[in-house]
This record gives sequence, structure tokens and C-alpha cells, in this order.
Amino acid sequence: MHDLSPSGVPFPAPSRRTLLRGIGGATLLGAGIPLLSACGGSGTAADPKTVSLGSNSSDAVPKKAFAEIYAAFTKKSGIKVDVNTKDHNTFQEQINSYLQGTPDDVFTWFAGYRMQFFASKELATPIDDVWQKIGGNFPEAMKKLSKGEDGKYYFVPLYTYPWAVFYRKSVFAQHGYEVPTTWDALVALCKRMQKDGLVPIAFGDKDAWPAMGTFDQINFRTNGYDFHVELMAGKASWTDAKVRKVFDHWTEILPYHQEGAVGRTWQDAAQTLVAKKAGMYLLGTFVGQQFTNKADLDDLDFFAFPEIDPQFGQDTVEAPTDGFMLSKAPKNKAGAAKLLEFLGTPEAEQIYLKSDPNVVAASTKADTSSYTPLQKKAYEMISGAKSLTQFMDRDSRPDFTSTVMQPALQNFVRNPKNVDSILSSIERQKKTIFASS
Amino acid sequence: MTATPAKVPETADEPAPGPAPASKPAKVPHGHKRLLTRRDRLTLGLMAGVPTILHVALVWLTALASIALAFTTWNGIGFDSIQWVGLQNFRELFTSNPQFWPAVEHNVIWFVVLIVLPTPFGLFLAVQLDKQIRFSRVYQTAFFLPVVVSMAVIGFVWQLVYNPDTGLINSLIGANKPGHYIDWIGDPDLNLWAILVAASWRHAGYMMILYLAGLKSVDPALREASALDGANEWQTFKNVVFPTLRPTNTVVLVVTIIEALRAFDLVFVFNKGAQGTELLSILVTNNIIGESSRIGYGSAIAVVLLVISLAVIIPYLIATFRKERRA
Repeated sequence: MHDLSPSGVPFPAPSRRTLLRGIGGATLLGAGIPLLSACGGSGTAADPKTVSLGSNSSDAVPKKAFAEIYAAFTKKSGIKVDVNTKDHNTFQEQINSYLQGTPDDVFTWFAGYRMQFFASKELATPIDDVWQKIGGNFPEAMKKLSKGEDGKYYFVPLYTYPWAVFYRKSVFAQHGYEVPTTWDALVALCKRMQKDGLVPIAFGDKDAWPAMGTFDQINFRTNGYDFHVELMAGKASWTDAKVRKVFDHWTEILPYHQEGAVGRTWQDAAQTLVAKKAGMYLLGTFVGQQFTNKADLDDLDFFAFPEIDPQFGQDTVEAPTDGFMLSKAPKNKAGAAKLLEFLGTPEAEQIYLKSDPNVVAASTKADTSSYTPLQKKAYEMISGAKSLTQFMDRDSRPDFTSTVMQPALQNFVRNPKNVDSILSSIERQKKTIFASS
Repeated sequence: MTATPAKVPETADEPAPGPAPASKPAKVPHGHKRLLTRRDRLTLGLMAGVPTILHVALVWLTALASIALAFTTWNGIGFDSIQWVGLQNFRELFTSNPQFWPAVEHNVIWFVVLIVLPTPFGLFLAVQLDKQIRFSRVYQTAFFLPVVVSMAVIGFVWQLVYNPDTGLINSLIGANKPGHYIDWIGDPDLNLWAILVAASWRHAGYMMILYLAGLKSVDPALREASALDGANEWQTFKNVVFPTLRPTNTVVLVVTIIEALRAFDLVFVFNKGAQGTELLSILVTNNIIGESSRIGYGSAIAVVLLVISLAVIIPYLIATFRKERRA
């Protein structure tokens, strides 16, 4: 992660930087920045009673849940939240120029490397003062996730969700399957399922990110959390025998995955689990969104990815965390700090979870009594974890994961025999990407 | 620009041709009368100047800037993070990017397929429709319809046809079961061809309209003459009609080359240029757009695309200008 610190880059005086940035917006990037700033400002400059908030929650369920949080905040503090919602993917693609233009005071973002990247580029304001008030609400793992590389807090987590292996209780009961806790048991179960006419593991990698989740699980089960972090940070080598071992394990269970994965979306793959044609599916708890029938949803259950090396057991859980950050020069800093404080309370999290029961609260103080059994299990899994990871594209440089890892893993899924050339190609490309600023 | 409104009343004071000489006859020098008033010159200046500035800023400066950026690494955050790396981006592109050469190859395949399959087919349709057969308007509309629809929409529609689990084709032929499974979208040996069918479906209609317009301008006297000479239909077409379509053929060639080089939307909607459908335009997008972009590297790919485009466009322009000069 040291590659990302600004130390390697000579920073001239801030005034020149700002100036250059302004020129850049006007000429080089053409219409990009002016357009963004047009929707960023919202024309409510310096109103002490309003905080502007840029949101990527464009889907109906989270959008409504967030709106209810903001309404509760306005009721409590008298400060209006001016929400500027953008399409989820567009928000992510434009985040770079958005933060450099005139961003909203507070914006929704993800924990981990992705947050630290913008913090280290001085595109976010540290919020240690906020954390002095909300710190008691969060477990140690969440605190770690909210800090930048400089040790200051930049992030307020709201909710999180684990990745695990999902299955239908009725299918397991019908065939007398048992939840596998070891690698051998998993392989044996796959074989049995295949014999019973089921697709053992549902799989869809058309969007290119689901395969990253499989890699993450096998890697930290095989090599442990520390090696996984080193590999994601570009420090460990992809041609290391340890990585090769991950792919050997993957190759072993790949034949039990659903055929034609590169042409299938995760939603379609989830449908095979809904239809009881597939036995298991490795994904985040958002897979529950595909279970529109309540009886089916009640039948859904999950287990942690089986142990591979007893040394590491099942101590690492992949739990992407979403929350909020403060932009570099908020117009209403005091109001924004109040909003962030509120977002860090169990109260705000409970309001959210009432409308979106597919995730769990980031805070340990949130009331879990209204949780569904799935949420309770997810909560236990996360709070019992020794280490939390985010997801490959949140734990590593997004330019590396999107331009190198996504096509490489799709290539592997298609041609597992090519693993050696794929790995040396990844390593070659990784070196140049991580060498750049 | 701020000076403009101040000058307007001034120019209005001396409208040259009409009543002005009547009120202040002494001031207007007779002998050499100005053709343009100040306002005319201002208007012309703005009409020519504003587009020129816009063109230079949005076309030339951006093109030159992206050529310059191709020799740097830049993550898009602050101009001080631009670092010169010389030819490194290109070296990396040519040697270690596993998607680059497939992308070049697919752009070439795209062109060859368009010129070999839908273009002659479009010509065939045009010739048939030109014969004034019954319902020719209906056919014409039917074949032209895909051209009116946006490429992105075509991508969505064909995805429904090709979806391996629930799509039309696999459902009809039962190829969506384990064991005999045809992965139209994910299989690198199939997906490019699957997309090219969709692209051809649209391109044929486009070509048909171009050729139809060309055929309308063929002098009926020529056909009559060749019929009198005893040529059959194929001979007439081959020796009389087709040679007169020469200008149309040039347009068709250029349009097809452009279509092949700018191919993007259909593939992006179809499977984002993954595994087997890589295209240069998609590599550019993937590298430049995103939360932490590789703008230098993406620009290097864009420069390659630019060079390929120029290699095609320059000879065409030279040929065209030479023809004009001769004429």
C-alpha cells in the first residue's frame, strides 16, 4: 500500500495544484468536470441548515432506506439533507472527477483500500472528532476498516454483509447432505450432488467480479489473511507457489461449477439455486434479493467457506462494508459532522435495516432482536471473525483488479490448464501498475 | 466577448448602405465603399471564430493531449501526478497485455466480416427492391428497421436471443442443459461470431439503403441498351450496373471501415468485451473510465486506434482530393 502514499510524488504548493486542476477540468477532460460540478453543487452553498450528500444508492430498496435515515436526522437536528443520487455504477466510474470537482459535503463510499486511496490523495477530510463520539459503537475490526493509511479516521461504516456458501435447507434435507467444514468434505459433497443430478455449485461470471470472490475465499483459507493482504497490496508475487496452490484447489472444484459461467450473470446463477437445480452458491448475502418468494427465502441458509489449512481454519470472513465519507472541502463542515455522528449511531443503522434486511449493521450496539435468522447468522459470522476482508476490488487497486484480474480470472475459468501463463501475465502487469503512482 | 454588447450600439449608429449617407454625408468616403460593416465583420468573426475555437479546443487539443498522455502514467488525480514514462506504455501494451492483440485482431475480423457478408447481401437486397417488386416498400422498411434502432438496444435484444440459460436459441434447440451446453456469450470461440451476426443484421439494412440510392441514379437508358444488345440480367448487372455504382462503393467502403473501428456499443452491452470479444475501443474505455484510472495507458491504446484510423483515412482523402483536382 506504500505505493499509494503521496510521498513519491512531489507536491508543489496547494494553490498551484488547485489552479492546475481547474485548468484541467476546463480543457483536458472537456465536458466531464463541468457536468459533474453542475450536479454536485445543487446551488445550496453555505446554508448552515443544509448538508449536501452525494449518494450511489440508486436502487429502490436502499434509496428508500437511506431517505428514512436522513428524515430522522432532519427531525432530530433541524438540518436538511440535500441528497444528490446518481446511478450506482456511474457514481463509481465518476468518483475520481466528482471528488476533484465540487463534491457534496458527505458522500457514500466503501471501506478498505478504496477509501484509503482517496484519503491519501487528500480528496477526503479526516473525521477523528466524529469518531471520538461514535467510537464506542463499533468493534475493533470496523475501526481498523475506517482508518486511512495515516491512522486518521475517514469513514463511517453503516452496514456490512458476509460472503458465504448459500444453499437451500430443503435440498440438503431431501438428499441428507451435511454442511461441509473441510475441503475434502466439500469435494465429496460436490461429487454426491453431481450424482444426484444437481449442479453442485451455481456460478455466473459475466460481470467478471463474482470469480474474485471465489479466489478470495480459497486464498485466505489456503494461505491465511496476512498473505492475502500482501498479495492484494501488490507486495507478494502472483507467481509464488502459494498462489499456484490456490488455483490448484480451484481447478479441483471448477468441474463442479455451473457450465458456461462467463456468459451468465450472478442473477441468473442465483435463479438456479432458487429453482433447486443447484446445490450451493458462493456469493454475498445480497443473493437473498433474488428470492422473491418468502417461503423460498425462509428456506435459504449459508455456511462459511470450508477450512483448507487447519492453521487458518475459518478465521477470515469476507465482509464488504459500505458507509460515508466527508469530502475535501465541505461547505457546511459542522452540519456534515453532525450528520456523520448520527450515521454512526445504532439508531441510524436500525432505520436502514428495517427497510433492507439483506445486510447487517456495522455497529455492535445495534438492536439485533428484529433480525431474520439469516441476518443473525451473518452478524455472528462477522462479529466472530478474527480478520475481515472487503473484496478483491476493494482490497486492491481498482485499476489492477478491473483491467488485469477480471479478464485473467475469466480466462482461468474458461481454461484452467493455462494457469501458469495466466499467473505470469498477471505478475508482469501487476508490476507496472503498482509501480505507477 | 464582454466587449461585444458595448460595440453593438456603436455599429448600429452607422448602418452603411441605407439612410446613413443621408444624415452624415460628409463622413462616408465615396470612391471606396466598404463591402462589410463593422457588425458584419463582427458577426462573421464570431461565426467563424467560435466554431474554430471549439473545434481546436475539443478536437485538436484533446487529440494532441491524449497523444502526449500516452507517454505518461496518470491516475487522473491532480496534474502533478503525471509522470513521463516514455515508450513504456506501448512496450507494455505490445508485450504483456493479454487483451491487446486479440483486440486488434477482432477489429480486423469485424471489418472483414462486414465487408464480406452483409455488404454484398445489402447490395443483393437493393437490386431486388430496385426491380419494383410488389410490397417493396414493406421489405425496404423491414430491412432498414434495425438501422434506426440504437446499437445498445440491438445489444439488449440479441442478448435475449443468445442468453445461454433462457435465450431463444438455446431454449429452442435444448442446448441449455449440462452436458450439451452452448455458451453463446461466454465462449471465446463463439461470442464474437454471435455478436457479428447482430452487427451484420444491422449493417445489411444500412448498405441496402446506400445501394438503393446508388441504383436509383443508374440511367435506365443504359439498361435498355444492354438489354437490346442481348445481355441477360446477370451480365447487365456485372458489366453495366455495377461499374456505375463505383461512387457508392467508395462510400460503402469508408462507412464499413468506420463501423469496424468504432465498434463498441453492441459489444459493451453484450458482455463488456470480455473473453473473445475484446475491441480496442473497449480497452480504451476500461482503462480510462473508472475510479482510479490508468489514463496514460488508456491513451496509448487510443493512439494505436488513431494510427490505424489515419492509415485508412489518409489514403482515402488523398484519393478523393486527387479526383477532385482532376475534375
